[in-house]
Amino acid sequence: MKKDKQKSVLAKEPLFRLSRRAQMVWYKAWLIRAVALCIALILSALLIYAITKMNPFKVYGTMLKGAFGDSLFVKRAGHLSLNRTAWTTLRDVMTLLCISVGLAPAFKMRFWNCGAEGQVLVGGIATAGIMIYFGGTLPTPLLFACMAGASLLAGAVWGLIPALFKAKWNTNETLFTLMMNYIAIQLTSYFVAMWENPYGSNTVGVINRDTKIGWLPNFFSSGANNDFMWNVIIVSALTIAMFIYLKKSKQGYEIAVVGESENTAKYAGINVKKVIIRTMLLSGAVCGLAGFIAVSGSSHTISTATAGGRGFTAIIVAWLSKFNTFVMAFASLLIVFLETGANEIASQYNFNTYASKMVEGIILFFIIGCEFFIQYKVHLRVKRDTKEVAD
Amino acid sequence: MDSIIAWLQAAIAFGTVILFGCMGEILTERSGNLNLGVPGLMYFGGIASLTGVFLYQNAVQAAIQAQIEAFTATGGAAQDWRPTGMFSLLVQQNASASATQYWDANGVLGIVIALVCGFSAAALGGLLYSFITITLRANQNVTGLTLTIFGTGVANFFGGSLVKLSGGVGQISVATTSQAFRTGLPWLSSQGVIGKVLFSYGFLVYAAVILAILLHLFLFKTRKGLNLRAVGENPATADAAGLSITKHKYLATCLGAGITGLGGVYYVMDYIKGTWANDGTIEKLGWLAVALVIFATWKSVHAIWGAYVFGFLYWAYYYVPKVFPFIQLSRKSSELFNMLPYAVTILVLIVVSLRRKKENQGPGSLGLPYFREER
Repeated sequence: MKKDKQKSVLAKEPLFRLSRRAQMVWYKAWLIRAVALCIALILSALLIYAITKMNPFKVYGTMLKGAFGDSLFVKRAGHLSLNRTAWTTLRDVMTLLCISVGLAPAFKMRFWNCGAEGQVLVGGIATAGIMIYFGGTLPTPLLFACMAGASLLAGAVWGLIPALFKAKWNTNETLFTLMMNYIAIQLTSYFVAMWENPYGSNTVGVINRDTKIGWLPNFFSSGANNDFMWNVIIVSALTIAMFIYLKKSKQGYEIAVVGESENTAKYAGINVKKVIIRTMLLSGAVCGLAGFIAVSGSSHTISTATAGGRGFTAIIVAWLSKFNTFVMAFASLLIVFLETGANEIASQYNFNTYASKMVEGIILFFIIGCEFFIQYKVHLRVKRDTKEVAD
Repeated sequence: MDSIIAWLQAAIAFGTVILFGCMGEILTERSGNLNLGVPGLMYFGGIASLTGVFLYQNAVQAAIQAQIEAFTATGGAAQDWRPTGMFSLLVQQNASASATQYWDANGVLGIVIALVCGFSAAALGGLLYSFITITLRANQNVTGLTLTIFGTGVANFFGGSLVKLSGGVGQISVATTSQAFRTGLPWLSSQGVIGKVLFSYGFLVYAAVILAILLHLFLFKTRKGLNLRAVGENPATADAAGLSITKHKYLATCLGAGITGLGGVYYVMDYIKGTWANDGTIEKLGWLAVALVIFATWKSVHAIWGAYVFGFLYWAYYYVPKVFPFIQLSRKSSELFNMLPYAVTILVLIVVSLRRKKENQGPGSLGLPYFREER
């Protein structure tokens, strides 16, 4: 307040003046986000128009079609079912959401886990390894338990390493986890070379192509096509569980306190080191499980592209959703929709799929930027308003 | 011996890419901004320089063709045509090319265009980052990562489609300018081993070293550098001392981004010889550049040798079996060898945090936002 008055005494008053908003009503905040999203979508459509000369109004129609197919539901064997394109989109949403949910506790603690990419990959490696080596020998339920367990464990270890150093010596976790990604990528290449099939192809190929052992099965018996309902079930359960864990549990509260201020946490008698290590174990484990879902539930193979940059996208999803896992579901859907939709347009015009990253970038910039207008009020220099200063 | 020389050459060429990236990031981080958009900025620099040079070379080539056609129409032979007036500045002779390609766009001008385009595109990326993090007060990590996603998208999209968009076919290539970039020092580069190891590179390799030294002098020996470091160390104190935090952060981030972009220019124009590859190498190099900042403990003179060490380690998988015939790497184990630069970075990270020496730590407010009202 005092600052403001001092400023107004100065001869040259700045054009803009900022003040922090108290708490914005939730629907107003969402209105601002929606407006930002619309501007970004319009801008993206114009960009696509500039490159392809495609009618900008048709752009999003084509994108919708690319992401969800012609009609959302198809009749199959007497049942109404989602069409294949929509299932694929849903599958991708679930993978991204699973990683974001995994990142949520770490970010709430203000631990910059940029290593989701690597945690997903090691989870995928563990899953693929068990599929390959124990595919024929273990009974199916036990096999799935082993695969999921191994992926959880692998991811947890990958998350634990930087957490230990952070807790013990305050080693910078952003860069540590970033480097762990590349170690994981090289590790993946190592295992791809080890498991390559057929020999010399430098890919693992589809694991258990004929027997489909270790593949997450169809949930609906009617589908001749793959449905990805198990992915949806697992990730939805995780989403709900994580929401409750963060909002309602004692551990979730500890995470929030450590995130707000480590010193406050210390004074309150919270063992900060323990919380850091425990939370990163959890975060890494869930990201590792995303590797299980990506390998067993979706691609049935492992490569360095298994994570495919989703580890980084999930960081932004988790941060923008303010650690609310249900908002993450919506944000993941939005981003996957944009990616698949932009890819559809790109393939129609024979452009490469990086177009989707470009559109994604534009939209993310707008959503990141609009948070400012939710938190702050901009006052234009019209005339001196003493009432404003008083609040 | 030849393999050792080749290894050193590969290390230095590789190191130069990340040295530029690292210097830009050092300048940025000294102002307290942790910009994780380095890969994106290098992509910006690379694709902008390639696009600029591509358009320039195409335009000059078209003009040459038009003039030669006009010349032959008046009865002259094509090989007798000579550029006249101002136009001759845009044109150079190609010694080894065929008769139709005998005249080509001027490579030196191409260098200028590449540098200007690359630097300014990346600096614009830095401006975007600054606007969102400093003016709009958004989180630095998230903004930086978005910048990387955006840069990756833009660069690979246009890198893959530039030729198609301009109505041609085939792979994009700007051989003439790339040749100019790669010309080594004329006499010195042919002087035996030393010439090969030290003087056989394009000029940007030497420019990077000089820039690193200048940057160090600027940061540690000038008043302006001291101010900048103060802003990064403790913005509240610097603010109280009358320094404009916003101005310092903006300037350092944009200039730093531009320098980072030069890494992309060097990579595209020199390292992969004026073409484009959608293989994600720039992204990898960008993260290595970020890692190098820590390796060099935020000092650009340390970054010089650090960059070459990284290059040396990066190429170890390829040259170790050549230099030491008794070590033979299968493809599997060479993948493990590729972990070296990252593993070394992690080690350095740990050692730096263990020793807790004040001068080896990063800027005090690195990654933290500063808003005067929220002190």
